[in-house]
Amino acid sequence: MPLLEFTDKGIYCDKGKFYIDPWQPVDDAVITHAHSDHAYAGHKHYLAHHLSREVLKYRLGDIQLQTVEYGETVFKNGVKITLFPAGHVIGSAQVRLEYGGEVWVVSGDYKVEPDGVCTPFEPVKCHHFISECTFGMPVFQWKPQLEVFNDVNNWWRQNLENDVATVIVGYSLGKAQRILQNLDLFNGSVYTHGVIENTNDALRRNGISLHPTERITPYTPKEEIRKGIVLAPPSAVGSTWMRRFQPYSFGYCSGWMALRGAKRRRAADRGFILSDHADWNGLISAIDATGCEKVYLTHGYTATFARYLSEIGFDAHEVHTLYGDDESITAEAMPEETSPQPSPEETSPRPSPKEREVDEDNNKALPSGEGLGGVS
Amino acid sequence: MKAFAQLFLSLDETNKTNEKVKVLKDYFNSVPDTDKMHMLGLFTGRKPQRQFNTTQFRLWALEALKIPAWLFEESYHVVGDLAETIALLFPQNNTGGSSKTLTEWIAEINDLTNCSEDEKRNWLQHAWEVLDTQERFVFNKILTGAFRVGVSQNLVIKALADISGLDATVLTHRIMGNWMPETYTFKELTQAKQETEDISRPYPFFLAYPIQETSEKQKSPEDLQEALGDAAEWQAEWKWDGIRAQLIKREGQLFIWSRGEDLSTDKFPELHPFMHELPDGTVLDGEILSFRNGQPLPFNVLQTRIGRKNLTRKILEESPVALIAYDCLEYKGEDIRNKTQSERRQILEELQQESAYPSIFNISPLIQFNSWEELSEIRDRSREMIAEGIMLKRKSATYQTGRKRGDWWKWKIDPLSVDAVMVYAQKGHGRRADLYTDYTFAVWDGDNLVPFAKAYSGLTDAEIRQVDNFVKRNTLEKFGPVRTVKPELVFEIGFEGINKSNRHKSGVALRFPRILRWRHDKPKEEADTIETLRELLGE
Repeated sequence: MPLLEFTDKGIYCDKGKFYIDPWQPVDDAVITHAHSDHAYAGHKHYLAHHLSREVLKYRLGDIQLQTVEYGETVFKNGVKITLFPAGHVIGSAQVRLEYGGEVWVVSGDYKVEPDGVCTPFEPVKCHHFISECTFGMPVFQWKPQLEVFNDVNNWWRQNLENDVATVIVGYSLGKAQRILQNLDLFNGSVYTHGVIENTNDALRRNGISLHPTERITPYTPKEEIRKGIVLAPPSAVGSTWMRRFQPYSFGYCSGWMALRGAKRRRAADRGFILSDHADWNGLISAIDATGCEKVYLTHGYTATFARYLSEIGFDAHEVHTLYGDDESITAEAMPEETSPQPSPEETSPRPSPKEREVDEDNNKALPSGEGLGGVS
Repeated sequence: MKAFAQLFLSLDETNKTNEKVKVLKDYFNSVPDTDKMHMLGLFTGRKPQRQFNTTQFRLWALEALKIPAWLFEESYHVVGDLAETIALLFPQNNTGGSSKTLTEWIAEINDLTNCSEDEKRNWLQHAWEVLDTQERFVFNKILTGAFRVGVSQNLVIKALADISGLDATVLTHRIMGNWMPETYTFKELTQAKQETEDISRPYPFFLAYPIQETSEKQKSPEDLQEALGDAAEWQAEWKWDGIRAQLIKREGQLFIWSRGEDLSTDKFPELHPFMHELPDGTVLDGEILSFRNGQPLPFNVLQTRIGRKNLTRKILEESPVALIAYDCLEYKGEDIRNKTQSERRQILEELQQESAYPSIFNISPLIQFNSWEELSEIRDRSREMIAEGIMLKRKSATYQTGRKRGDWWKWKIDPLSVDAVMVYAQKGHGRRADLYTDYTFAVWDGDNLVPFAKAYSGLTDAEIRQVDNFVKRNTLEKFGPVRTVKPELVFEIGFEGINKSNRHKSGVALRFPRILRWRHDKPKEEADTIETLRELLGE
C-alpha cells in the first residue's frame, strides 16, 4: 500500500493515521494553508504552520491546533512530517512525509516567484510529488510582479488625477497582503474592506508586519477614500458597499485576467494578471526540481498537464480531489456556525462564509481535477 | 500598432459609453490620418486581403512554438479564440513591441499577395516574435479576418463627429459603401461637403425597435394603445424573414447591399432585370426571400444558397429569390428619406406598378386593421404567412439611421417552445471562454433522449454559473471539448421555426433556438417528446 491514498475524504496516510487537507471531518488533519478549500472546519486535530495559526482560528473558530516552523519535524505513528515553504500565501506549506525511506511531498497550492510577503517556495526532493496545476496550460505565463505592480501604481495615480476612487480587488488571504505590500504608499492611504482587515488583523496578531491600513466604516469620509485606494475582496464587486465609492475605477487581480473572456466577464475596468499559483513554466520547473519518480495532479488542468508531463518523461497521474473548486461545494462542506466573527461594519455586505474564504484564483472554477486518476 | 493595440485593450476594459468615446477620440487625436482610416476600415469590417488560411496560420504557429499539436488544440479550447491563443502561447518578450504604424503593418500584409508561401511564413513568424502579447493579439485578429471589437459603430461615429464637427448621420452615411482605407482619405471623409460621391454607397438602414423582448412580457392591445397611441397613425406590414437589403441603381449600375454591409450584387441575379428597368437614382429597401409560385418560402430554403460561392443552375431553380420591397430612399437621384412614410410608400407603389417584373419586384402588402385588438389577432396568423410577426411604422415617420425607438417597431410572434433535457455541454467562447455555456438539448423518444438543438443564450450569469457547476460535477464522459452530462436539468427551449432535416438525428432543424427559462419545477421525465416536435412540424 502506498504511503498516501486519495480517498473520498481527502489525501490519507494510513501508516500515520492522518489526512492532508481533508474535506470531510476527520480526527487528524495536516493543513497546507488556510484557504477554505484546503482548511475545512470539523476536524478534531489540526497541524499547520505557525503563520497560519491566527488566520485558521479566525476562520474556523476554536480548533485544536498544533503549529510548527518550516523544517521542524513531527512524527505521527512513525511517519516523519516536515513542512516546507510553498510560497502561495503567508503560512502556506508543502508537507513532506517520510516513512521507510520513501518520501512524499504534498505541495498544496504554490507559486515559484518570490512575492516579498510570504516565505519563498523551496523545492523539496522526493519520490512522489503531489501538485496542483490550476494554471497548467501553456497560455498562462506570468510577468514579473514588479511590472504588474508598476501598472497597478500607475493606474492608481491616474485615478487620483481624474479624481475617481480606486478599488482594487483580490482575495482576502494572500492576494490582499501581496497587493498591500507592493502599493506605492506615496500615492495615498490604503482603506480595507472588513473581511480583508479581519485577515490582516489575524496576520498581525501572528507577528506579521503589514503596511498600515484603515478599516472602512460607515463613517469613513468618501472624499478621504477617494484620495487613497480601497482594497476589497471579490465578494464586494457589484455590492452596495462598493457602489458608495462612485465614481471609481476597479481593478481585479487574478491569473485568469490573462484570458480576455474571463476578464470581460468580470467587467473590471482593469484586469491585472497576478496569481499566487505557479504558471506553466513555474509548474514544470517546480516538478522537475523535486526529482520525483511520480507526480500526482490534484486540481486545475489535470488531464492536459498530466499528458504533457508524461510526454516529456514524467510518470504523471490525475487524481480526484475537491481542491480549487468553486464556491458551492465549499459552502456545503462549511457549516454556518463556523463563520468568522461578525464584521464590525454593519453596512458592509456580509458575504457568506463560502464567498469570503475560497482561494483566489480557484473560485471561478475552471476544470478541476476530474475523473479518478491513476491511483487506486 | 502599439496605439491600435492599446485602443483595443482600452475599449475592452470599459463598459461605459462616455469612456469608450473618450478612448476613441484620444486614439484619433494621437495617430496619423492614414492610421485613422485603417482603424475605421477595420472597425467597419473592411479587412485587408486574407493572405493565409487558418490551417497555415495554425501550422506556422505550431512550428514556431515547438509545442505538440494536441496541446495547441487544448489551449485553443481553453482560450476559445485562435488569435488570442497564439498571442498567449508565444513567450513574453521585452523588446517593447513594434514601432511600425498600423498603416505600415497593413501595407506589409497587402504586399504579401505576390510572395511565396515560404516568404509569407517567414514574415509571419518574425512578426510574432517582435510584437508584444497585446499587439500580437490584434495583429492576429486582423490577419485571420476575425476582427470584431467591443464597440458599436455608433460610438465610433460619435467620436468622429466630436472631433470633426460633422453631424453623426452624415458620417454614418459617408463610411458606408465601397471605399478602401488606402484611397479614401480622412480629409475627404471629414470635409464639409464631399466633392466626389461613391455611386455604390448605400444609406444607413433604419431598424425597428422590438415591442416586446421576450415571450414573458406579453403586450396587450391596451399596452399598444398606451405606448403607440391611435392605431390610425400607423401602417402595419408583415415582418418577413429573409435578407434585409438595399437595392441601388445609379448611373446605369446596380448594387445590392445586405444589412451586414456586404456587397452582394452577384448573389441575386434574379433581381437584376427589374433593377435595370428602374429609373437612374433609385434606392429601394426591402427583404430578399426565396419564392415559389408567388409564395415566400421559409428562411431555411434561402439559407441553402447563402454563402455559396457559385450559384449553380440547380440552386437557382430550387431556391429562386424575389424582393419584397419596404421602402424607397432615393428617387430620381434625390435623397427622399425626409419625406413621410406615406409619401415614400406612394412613390414605391408607383415604381412597382410600372415594373414589368411584378413577381420579382413585390411590395410588402399593408395590413388593413382598425384597432390594436384586431391587429393583435392578425399577428397570431404570422406563421401561416411565413412571417416573423408584424412591423409597425408611423405614417408620418422619416427614414432614420440605425435602431431608433419611436417610429418603427417590430412585434414578433411568440416563439415556439418545448421543454427539453440538457445532455451535452461545451465551453463557451469569448466572454464565457472559461464556463460551460453551450448546451445540447434532447427530448424523449420512448426511453431514449434524442438530441435536437443546441442553444447558447438565454440564461443569466448566475444561472450559467450554476449550470457550469452542475456540468463539472455530473460529467459522464468526455469527447474532446464536449461533455456528456447526467440528464437531469430541464429547460424550456424557444425557437422561431422548425423544419425537417436529414442532417440531424432528431429529423428536425430549429431556427434561432435559445433557452427561455430553466424549468426547476420539472423532473426530466416530464420533458417533451419527439412527437411534440413532429406535431410542430405539421406532420
